[in-house]
Amino acid sequence: MALGLEASLGDSVLTTKLDAVINWGRQYSLWPFVYGTACCAIEFMSAAASQLDISRWGAEVVRFSPRQADLLLVCGTISYKQAPVLKQIYEQMPEPKWVVAMGACASSGGIYDNYCTVQGIDTVIPVDVYISGCPPRPEAVLDALMKIQDQIKGETVLKDRHKDFKGILD
Amino acid sequence: MNTTALEVLQAAFPDACCTTSVEAVVLTVQPAQLEPTLARLKNDPALNFGLLLDVTAVDYLEYPVQQEARFYVVYTLRNWEKNMLVQVRTPVVDPETGIPSATPLWSSANWGEREAYDQYGINFQGHPDLRRILNHWQFQGHPLRKDYNILQGQVCYESDSLEKEIKAQLARNGIGQSLMEDINTEIMYLNLGPSHPATHGAIRILTALDGETILANVNEIGYLHRGFEKTAENRTYNQVIPLTDRLNYCSALMNNIAYAKAVESWLGIEITERAKFMRVILSEFFRVQDHLVCIAANLVDMGGLTNYWYLYNEKEASYDFISRLTGARLTSSFTRVGGMYRDFYEGWEADMEKQLQDIEKGTTDSLKLVLKNRIVHDRTQNVCVMPADRALSYGYTGPCLRASGVPFDLRKDNPYYYYDTFDFTIPLGSKGDIYDRVMIRYEEIFQSISIIRQAMKRIPKGPVTVSDNNVTLPAKAEVHKNIEGLASHFKLVFEGVQVPAGEWYDSFEAANGELGFHFVSDGSGRPYKCKVRPPCFYMMSGFHEMVEGEMIADAVINLGSINIIGGELDR
Repeated sequence: MALGLEASLGDSVLTTKLDAVINWGRQYSLWPFVYGTACCAIEFMSAAASQLDISRWGAEVVRFSPRQADLLLVCGTISYKQAPVLKQIYEQMPEPKWVVAMGACASSGGIYDNYCTVQGIDTVIPVDVYISGCPPRPEAVLDALMKIQDQIKGETVLKDRHKDFKGILD
Repeated sequence: MNTTALEVLQAAFPDACCTTSVEAVVLTVQPAQLEPTLARLKNDPALNFGLLLDVTAVDYLEYPVQQEARFYVVYTLRNWEKNMLVQVRTPVVDPETGIPSATPLWSSANWGEREAYDQYGINFQGHPDLRRILNHWQFQGHPLRKDYNILQGQVCYESDSLEKEIKAQLARNGIGQSLMEDINTEIMYLNLGPSHPATHGAIRILTALDGETILANVNEIGYLHRGFEKTAENRTYNQVIPLTDRLNYCSALMNNIAYAKAVESWLGIEITERAKFMRVILSEFFRVQDHLVCIAANLVDMGGLTNYWYLYNEKEASYDFISRLTGARLTSSFTRVGGMYRDFYEGWEADMEKQLQDIEKGTTDSLKLVLKNRIVHDRTQNVCVMPADRALSYGYTGPCLRASGVPFDLRKDNPYYYYDTFDFTIPLGSKGDIYDRVMIRYEEIFQSISIIRQAMKRIPKGPVTVSDNNVTLPAKAEVHKNIEGLASHFKLVFEGVQVPAGEWYDSFEAANGELGFHFVSDGSGRPYKCKVRPPCFYMMSGFHEMVEGEMIADAVINLGSINIIGGELDR
């Protein structure tokens, strides 16, 4: 039985909250930008290939232009030489956007605790989900994707995310 | 030890100090003698060291034995026809004055010397383009110097524009502003990477285009420089093995094997028979994996996505098999100095045979789509040709050198682990174009499968590690029950395998070519220096010669065909 506005408009109209409908759309059509630099990118390829098939989560439209993507997957080590490039790509992506740090290197620098490796990409750009492993199994990429989807479900379109983030390059 | 090489070199240089170290003859010369010595080594037909494998430097600041100078530069050269290896060492009294450059003799010296300059701050007089290569342009100091703190990171705020370099390259190719005005056109600058689907990793390719034709090309690497060599100096020998996994991550185990073999060669350890055959089987299996990924990605660049599924599905199934075999899919760290980590599981032979059959099927299916495909032929034949003499000058090894028609393969020319007793052939190209590079990889897959089958027939039973407790961990029962076992376990874990002081170079035929390790040991359990000779690095240094004059789309598939792997390229 329809209630409120729906009751007076008949069977042809459904009402919902703006957040719910927009987030539903965003959740199941994430377009990833794969920032693949190292070993983790090989495991991402496996996540995208036929056995695991990332398209079951609606995220198979891999874009290599940041302007067409809303999910930044950082697969691999980010060196200081690369950090400005990563930041530029993040800034080129339109809002709303989400970031996954795939693997130990992107999350924390991993085994490379030295002069050239950024100790976690969250010192450069804001990160939503971290995946552990060196490299993580491809299933872990799918797990991260589902975590992002859950997160999107609880967000509101009215609020800007990560507005006051300050990294080492800001 | 190679006694003929020593005799030949002693006869050629009676005044120089000649010693041997593993397979190499080591010549120590003064900087004034460096240029004539190198020139003679290359140009004398009796010596004919046509391949400059690597250039590196050593900083003896903290070395226990006082040396003549703080810095030495080491050139590693090979005569590939006669299997002779020589290392020329020269002291550098003042790094800022430096030593004369070897760039007039070998093109590979260009990037090799740039790396020595970047990491050690040694000047090379007469070098055409001496600037940083692995570290970013805003970096201060030289990280591999012993007085540079490993944790001292330096933030890079902006990427290098490379404007000066591309203009210089245009000028070298004889294209000036007036020429462009005469033909009423403008040069278009197009930048690919470091994050671009065609770069297969983080490499930056800057091109100057006339229409779609590449007039000049400059490449920037180092985006994946992760400080392998500095980190290795702070680890025990066995702790370096996980780092080697991440060099060429498409064939991680081959790096493990190459590294363990290099350390064992200096320790004089003869690993067990079973371990030798396990290493042959694993390295050939990973060669197949590496080639599958390389060809699959290369054909995607050409637009042939179907091939990708045929080849990648087999790779994916192989990874599941590898994780059963070694415990991990990608980065297995399966070797130890002195043998292997574990034996294979019961019944691995049947699974391996099944996997090999599947790979044969996938590869044959993919070949059917490629072999008589007009589009593939038109796009790859006579495109981005690398003639044999130029390939040698740039220090090419592996499938890319063999594509140019040079029959050099360490498995045949300097065999280890009974490779001389296996029945296999080395496929050779005739032109050195992209077609040859792709087809050689297809054929090497079949050859490697044949080697694996032969090795599976011959593999004996037995232990997989040597039983020397100074090198490999004692059995757990020993550790728990008696004090000697406990003590040697403790010493090995905390102090590492004690390696006698000295310097040596050892090499291995990896999927991409000659993978070498140059070590300096101070007698402790940690390498004083550990330099990798990565095959990709020198292939990338010749990239501009292959693509200049070709179309921009050819540059993309050419990059795929030389199989650049960032981890190995930038270390």
